[in-house]
Parts: sequence; structure tokens; C-alpha cells
Amino acid sequence: MTDTPVVPSSRTGAIGEWRARFSAAPGWVKLLVAAAFVALIAALPVIDPPLLTTPESAFVAVLFSVGIYALCAIGLNIVVGMAGLLDLGYVGFFATGAYTVAVFGSPKSELGTGWPWLACVPLAVAVSMLAGVLLGWPTLRLRGDYLAIVTLGFGEIVRLTAVNWGQLGNMAGIAQVPRPPGKRSDGSKLFSIIDVKPFFWLVLAAVLLVLVLVSNLERSRVGRSWLAIREDEDAAELMGVPTFRFKLWAFACGAAVGGLSGAIYASYQQFVNPESFPVQTSMMFLAAVLIGGAGNKYGVVLGAVIVYYTPERLRSLDDSLVITWYVVLVAAAALWVWTNRRPGPAGRARRWWLGPAVTVAVLALLPVLLKELPTWFGDRGKIDQLRFLMFGAALIVMSVFRPQGLLPNRRRATELADRAKEVEAGVNA
Amino acid sequence: MHWDTLVNQFGELTVTGLAQGAIYALVALGYTLVYGVLRLINFAHSEVFVVGTFATILTLRMVGIGPDEPIPGMLAVIGIVTLALLISALASAGTAVVVERIAYRPLRRRNAPPLVFLISAIGASLLIQELIALFLGRDYEPVGNLVKPSVQFSIFGADVTNRQILMVAAAVLMMVGLDTFVGRTRLGRGIRAVSQNPDAAALMGVNKDRVIALTFVLGGLMAGVAAVLYDLNFGVTRFSAGFLIGLKAFTAAVLGGIGNLRGALLGGLLLGLVENWGSALIGAQWRDVIAFVFLIAVLMVRPSGILGESLTKARA
Repeated sequence: MTDTPVVPSSRTGAIGEWRARFSAAPGWVKLLVAAAFVALIAALPVIDPPLLTTPESAFVAVLFSVGIYALCAIGLNIVVGMAGLLDLGYVGFFATGAYTVAVFGSPKSELGTGWPWLACVPLAVAVSMLAGVLLGWPTLRLRGDYLAIVTLGFGEIVRLTAVNWGQLGNMAGIAQVPRPPGKRSDGSKLFSIIDVKPFFWLVLAAVLLVLVLVSNLERSRVGRSWLAIREDEDAAELMGVPTFRFKLWAFACGAAVGGLSGAIYASYQQFVNPESFPVQTSMMFLAAVLIGGAGNKYGVVLGAVIVYYTPERLRSLDDSLVITWYVVLVAAAALWVWTNRRPGPAGRARRWWLGPAVTVAVLALLPVLLKELPTWFGDRGKIDQLRFLMFGAALIVMSVFRPQGLLPNRRRATELADRAKEVEAGVNA
Repeated sequence: MHWDTLVNQFGELTVTGLAQGAIYALVALGYTLVYGVLRLINFAHSEVFVVGTFATILTLRMVGIGPDEPIPGMLAVIGIVTLALLISALASAGTAVVVERIAYRPLRRRNAPPLVFLISAIGASLLIQELIALFLGRDYEPVGNLVKPSVQFSIFGADVTNRQILMVAAAVLMMVGLDTFVGRTRLGRGIRAVSQNPDAAALMGVNKDRVIALTFVLGGLMAGVAAVLYDLNFGVTRFSAGFLIGLKAFTAAVLGGIGNLRGALLGGLLLGLVENWGSALIGAQWRDVIAFVFLIAVLMVRPSGILGESLTKARA
């Protein structure tokens, strides 16, 4: 790969050097490294590594949920990161997929078709896609900020429909959702509650598949159109990009991935009910995309890991103190590398140490604070109650200090940096 | 479809719809003001409102009015309501200013794109909600029973209670006050100038940051008043109560023409009516769905709202 870097600084420093070396390596080396990495991830529930494991909840179940979140984050990234449309009701598509599998697959549903899981999944994807088109058709002509509020309403409409429509089982939902086929050597079912590992591998495979599809999309005509729309919709329209059609495509593709995720989730849970799909879940997905780095498909997977795994890991604080300090050290080192590679604009003394220093201080204080909060607030101060508090704060902090996310999309980061520079130069002050 | 319910109870539905619409209208004013000046949906405005509802409850508790206490005399009630209005409005306005300082101003300095503003706003909304949940819990909080509903007069077969009069009157009064403030005072002129053209206004010596802070204060004040009315009307609040009210108030703002003060009042009352009539027609459990579908319909048919989108033409 011979690309001229858009941001020169992103290819310098220790990390950048490794990245450059990796992208210069021949194809089979890359494939080998990727395969080894995937194998390592797949082996995680078997190894159950001591520091990484979650003490208070089953590690496999947490990994599975991370996979579900990752899938949703990749799907939402198509809409938010690639096409630049803010969707606040993504949980609606997730729920649509889950309910489709339940309605067509469960013997308990009033439809009574009882189709197998494998037949239900494509249907769930198709129905979610249709939901995406139905939502997008009237709303995508609107301004971006109106779109945000309409999608927020959509997520709630889907939930309220599930609550109020008798055929969908109201609050009780639908039970006996079918599971994927497959038998073990002893004749018992491969996908069961007793051993969740196959579910994790299933979702992992889905994540990999969708990642491949998305990276192909990215480099296609559709992907380039999305990028053009994200950067400047009017300019894209003027250059002959049919913006409305491609925005609709982005919605449909994003919805399809959300539906797939919902279909896997429903068969894992074996039941669906409205309580599994609150508005807050949309915010979690969005937080995953934005913290990870909108526009970068690997970034949003990292975001999903952070958003779902971290609170689960921190639930038991005794040994997570160790790991948090470790994270602080790693973060400090990474930040040191990151800041040192920047020369800084000439003639202006940058307080380059301020950002890293504050970050490290906050990270270091976090475990202390998390330990103290339950003694001040009782159960309300426990980590699973603090999840959204932390994500709310993280969203503000990220918007102010690092809007491009942890693993940014290079082109998007450049655009953001350019806008900030315009202020410095007084172009747009 | 229950056409007979709608027809038989039309008067009553209209009165309660107007009373509820009054709350939407007051909250909508906050969205509209900020949108008019910053072209930004202040997602955290619903939480500014919720802070007001809790400030009201805490005030009532401080003066010894719980859910089970007897209702005090007329003069005392007026005094307590005034006090609650004052404290709630101040609490909401304070929250709004803090949100502006922490979540929006740094972004303006960096010339962040609109998407980043929205994300920061959502973060602020989540953060405030969860802070309330952390300090005051996630349960429904009952409000002291302060104004007992009593029928004052009947119109077209519908009974009108003192509460409903209070709510609609408060909304109209606040609206008129705000409209006068924006249209006739020096500070109001600053707001109109910034909403027309921020750069030109800055060149003419308007302190942009101060004007923006002022719009947040005004919006917060309105939300605080709405919060007291909400508490009196529904008798209960919760950390997440802002979500629905916020969405509906935003719908109201869009309906009337976002950025247009009078439009917010019109949109709020209209939304209250549509929601009430619609839920009588289809079923009360679909109330919120009706409101959202109505929003989508309005955006499709007339995205600039009934009265158009200009803060400055509000007085034309």
C-alpha cells in the first residue's frame, strides 16, 4: 500500500512507525497477524485470563454482550461515522430485528409460523432494513438536527408499539425464541444456556463478516458518496451525488446490521420484551461509536469494548484497583508517545503536557472515587448505576478535547483540526 | 376508533389539553430561544426542566408541605407557590448557564461542527439526569398537594378548574413577558441582533457570549416556571421525567416554527390539544406515539412550522 498520509504526524513516533511498517507489509503477513489476533480473541473465554476476566458476571456472557454492542456500533457507524447523520434511535432497529425473529420463530407468537432461526435471520435483517427505509424516507430530507430528534422519537415509537400491541406480547414479550441449529458429539444442542461459548463465537463471526462487508462498502462508490455527504452535503449534491438516495442507503445498511445484532441477541436471550430496548441503549451505542472514533470501524469496536466491558470489569473493585492502575500507566505511556510526536505550531508555546496530565490524574483518581461513592450514596453509588453518568461526562469531555475519538478516522480528524485552525487564524471567529 | 368519546368529552378534552399544552409551551420557549440564537437543539434543556421540578419539591419540603399534609390557607398557598416559582426558576436558569459554560462554550471556541455540539448536548443531558439519580434516587418523588383542584366555571359543558386556569394563564403571561423583553429592551435587541447575524452583531459591539448566556438564562427561567406547574399538575416527578416533556416541547417548538417565540406558545397549546383528542380517539396508551407521529408529519408537511422560523420577526 503506497498512500501519502493526509496527516503527516500520524505516521511518526513509535506507534506510527509500527503502523507504517504494518501497512507496508505484504498481504499474507497482514492476514496472518489478523488471524492470530482473531484466534486470540476467540480463545478468550477458554483461557479466561485472570486480570481480564470479570469477577462478578460470567466472562463469556460479558464477551457475548460486547460482541452484540460491537455489531451495533459498526452498524451505527455507517450512519453516524461514515455518512455523518446523527441517529439517536438505533435501538429501534436492534429491537425490530429481535422481535422479527421472535414473531416468526417462536411457537408462542400468535403468528405461529415457528420458522427455524436460520430462516428468521435474513428476514430480521430485511425487516430492519425496511424499517430503516421507512424512517429515512420522510425524515432524511430534513436538516441534521431535526433528524436527530425524529430518530429519538422513532426509538421510542418502536418500544411503545412493543408495549402496547397485543400481538407482540405487551410487557411480557415473546418467549421461546428459536436458537441456531447444531448438535454436539453427544447429541445435545450446540447453542444452549449451559455453555454460552458458541454464542460468543457466533457473534464474533458476525462481527468479522460485517467488518469485511463494511470495508468493502467503504471503498465502493457508495462509501465515497457517504464520505462526500459527511464532509459537505451541498458540495456533494453539486458534484452530482444523489445525496438523498445515498443517505437512505446509509440508513438501510445501518439498520440491517442492527437487525442482525438483534436477531442474535434474541436467540441468546430466548425471549424478547420491551424492557430490553430502552432509549438509553441507543445512547450506549452512540457513546461506543463516538468514544471509539466515528468513521473508523476498528475504533468503534474498541468503543464497544470500552462502553460495555469496562463497567463490568470495574464491578468488583478489589482487584480492579490493580488493573486500573495498570490502565493508568498504559494510558500515561500512550499519551506521552502521542504528545511527543507533535512538533506544535511554531511561535506559540503549546501547553502540551496539560491534556495528558489531566487525563492521567482523572484516570488515577477514578478508582479511588469509585470505591468511595458506595459509602456515600449506598446502592446508588455502585458502578452499574454509574454507567450513564460516566458516559455522559465522557461524551462532553470527548466533544471538547478529542471529538475525533480514541482511534480516529484520519480524514475526519483532519477536518476537525482544520476547523479549529480556522479559529486560530481568525478566519471564522 | 372511539369517535363517540371524542365528541362527548370534547370540551373536557380541550380544557385539559390546553392546560398540558401550556407546560409544553413554556419548555418549548427554551428550545426556541437557544435555537434562534445558536442554531442548536439544546438537548439538555429537558434536564434543565427536571432540575426545576426537583427544586420545587425540595422547596415545598423545606416549608413543610409533604404529600400527606393538609392544604394550608389561601394566602399561604400563594406565598409558597411564589417562593417555589422563584427557587425553581433560579435553579433551572443556573443549570442552563452551567451547561452552556461547560458543554457548549468550549466548542464554540473551537469552531466545532454541529454534530459535535449535539453530542456534547446529549452528554450533558445524560450527565444531569444521572447526577439527579445519584443524589436523589431513581424513584418517583411525590409532590406536596398544594393547589386542590376546584371547579371555577363551566364552558361548553367542560369544567374548568383553578389549576388549569393557573397553568394557561402562567404560560400566556410568561410568553407575553418574554416577547416584550426580547422585542423592547436593550438586552432583547442584543438577542435579536445575534440571532440575525452573530458576526455583524459582534462587530457592532454586542457581547456575543453574554447574549448567549442570557438566552440560556431566559430559557431556564421559563423551564423553571413550567416545572412548578408540572409538579402541581401531575403531583410526581422523576429523574427521567424530562425525556418525554423535552421531546414534546421540542415538537411544539418545531410546530410553531422553531426560533419563533409566539410560535412556541401556539405549538405547545396545539400539541396538547392534538395529543388529548388523539388519545381519546385511539386509546390513551398511544398518547406518546401520537405526539411523535405528529412531529414527523409536521416536519414532512411544513418543516418551518406554522408561524415561520424567525426570532426577529416574532414582533413583526
